[in-house]
Amino acid sequence: MDAIRTEALTKHYHVGFWRPRPYVALDALTLDVRQGEVFGFLGPNGAGKTTTLKLLMQLIYPTSGRAEILGRPVGDVSVRRRIGYLPENPYFYDYLSAEELLGYFAGLFGYSAAERRRRAAALLDEVGIGAERRLQLRKFSKGMIQRVGIAQALINDPEVVFFDEPMSGLDPLGRREVRHLILQLRDRGCTVFFSSHVLADAEALCSRVAIVAGGRLAAAGHLSDLLHFQARAWELVVAGVGSAEVDRATAAGDVTRVTALGPQRFALEVPLSADPARVMAGFGAQGAQLVSLNPIRETLEDFFVRQIALAPADRGLEPVAR
Amino acid sequence: MRMIGHVAINVFKESVRDKVLYNLVAFAVLLIAVSYLLGQLTAGQDVKIIKDLGLAAIATFGLFIAVFIGIGLVWKEVERRSIYSLLSKPIRRSEFILGKYAGLVLTLLVNVSIMTAAFYAVLAYLDTQFSDSVRASWPAPATDPGMLRAIGLIFVELMLVTAVALFLSTFSSPFLSAALTFGLWVIGHFNADLRNFEAVVESASAAYLARGLYYVLPNFAAFDIKAQVVHALPVEAPYVATTAVYGAVYIAFLLTGAVAVFSRRDFK
Repeated sequence: MDAIRTEALTKHYHVGFWRPRPYVALDALTLDVRQGEVFGFLGPNGAGKTTTLKLLMQLIYPTSGRAEILGRPVGDVSVRRRIGYLPENPYFYDYLSAEELLGYFAGLFGYSAAERRRRAAALLDEVGIGAERRLQLRKFSKGMIQRVGIAQALINDPEVVFFDEPMSGLDPLGRREVRHLILQLRDRGCTVFFSSHVLADAEALCSRVAIVAGGRLAAAGHLSDLLHFQARAWELVVAGVGSAEVDRATAAGDVTRVTALGPQRFALEVPLSADPARVMAGFGAQGAQLVSLNPIRETLEDFFVRQIALAPADRGLEPVAR
Repeated sequence: MRMIGHVAINVFKESVRDKVLYNLVAFAVLLIAVSYLLGQLTAGQDVKIIKDLGLAAIATFGLFIAVFIGIGLVWKEVERRSIYSLLSKPIRRSEFILGKYAGLVLTLLVNVSIMTAAFYAVLAYLDTQFSDSVRASWPAPATDPGMLRAIGLIFVELMLVTAVALFLSTFSSPFLSAALTFGLWVIGHFNADLRNFEAVVESASAAYLARGLYYVLPNFAAFDIKAQVVHALPVEAPYVATTAVYGAVYIAFLLTGAVAVFSRRDFK
């Protein structure tokens, strides 16, 4: 059984007051997420990521198509006992403390008062909210609210967690802690579905990703399937070489990009068509030393940018189902 | 039912921490206390003035609490997106609406109780300031328990106002909801005029429309028995019970409507 499954999930809005026109927020999204995996849902602003999450939480209703979580339709209230959700830029009740908020949400799952307190305390510890937990939430910073938001999403020890931009508002330390938390959740067997713009996070955490653009699925699959892991060029770092020699190599087409790292020290991008040993031999003859030679592989960012650029032309294609 | 109670307690907890509520209740209690001074200015009418002002203060400030907090209840949750996290929990939208309503009714109950206690405290103090012969000239004792009937119906009226405000706030902006709720409250207090509209207009269709509105719009005037209790006129228990049942039925319709609208709503 898949943790999450959508079939041709579509959402249209009507925009304009006098002459309403349909706006396609999400167009026939077909997707499946397996249990126990960390799934990255990526896309630029307005791509349809939050719309998808809202459809999965049934905060909005689909125009057509269907969605299931843990084999049950998303409208089934019982399935919400088994999931957690962090909305984008969460906001909670001004006059409740973090402890009270978590106690309130825990009460919706039917836990006893003692259990609510225990869960709230443990989760607030886990997300790094200390003595501030007794302050009213209106006194919290954005990053602290984000941490409380993550804690409330985990209050029921969920089997599937949906995080909408979980790193938003967090400082570098907070981002690292959330990355660690996501990996811990995965190790416990929890399925994590998260939307993000931060591709480095997706690359570090996800086993599979989907990229949406313009409301349509542009690509989905394992990172190893999507990215071309073969080298697309070489990065050659040399020392003891003059800029005149570098210019000569560039003019000959042996170097496509030059980055000066210091006096007589350069990082050079050598295309696959040029033999790096031959290029280095040319510099060596001038007394240069080899510092390093590494292949340059495609990153998720390269792939993402390519998919987004292709998206308008791809709109007529069928979505990729994995 | 457990869910509704859980949401209601949270609404109550949030409401009692809202400074607006304290200001309203403090102002009402102050007004009731000040009515004692006003009573001093009108020789022989002290008790009547205090009863009139006290009951009016309970009704008016209760109305402000019901409208301003009632409208903000759902709107704030949607506007500030706190509803996103809440509705991802195992709670139905109907339970959310009914819980919000129950929480505000609980808040109103506590506030009306505080205002009633202040009202009776002022009257009890006044009672000690007069001789038996003066007290005997009053149409009813200063702390006449019969006034609780009027306060009971004020409370049912406030429950109805809250239901109107909640219903309207499920689909309209807070400003529009507040304006419409106040508008309905005013019309509902002049309901008898709608019923007798045919006596002042010649158009039959206008008269039918007014008669239709009379039956459809909430009849708030029915809950107002303040004048009767102040003057110790009889208010029969069956009238109070029938009016309360009318209020309950109307509230049930409004909450059903609120749940129906809210259940279909997209939270964009």
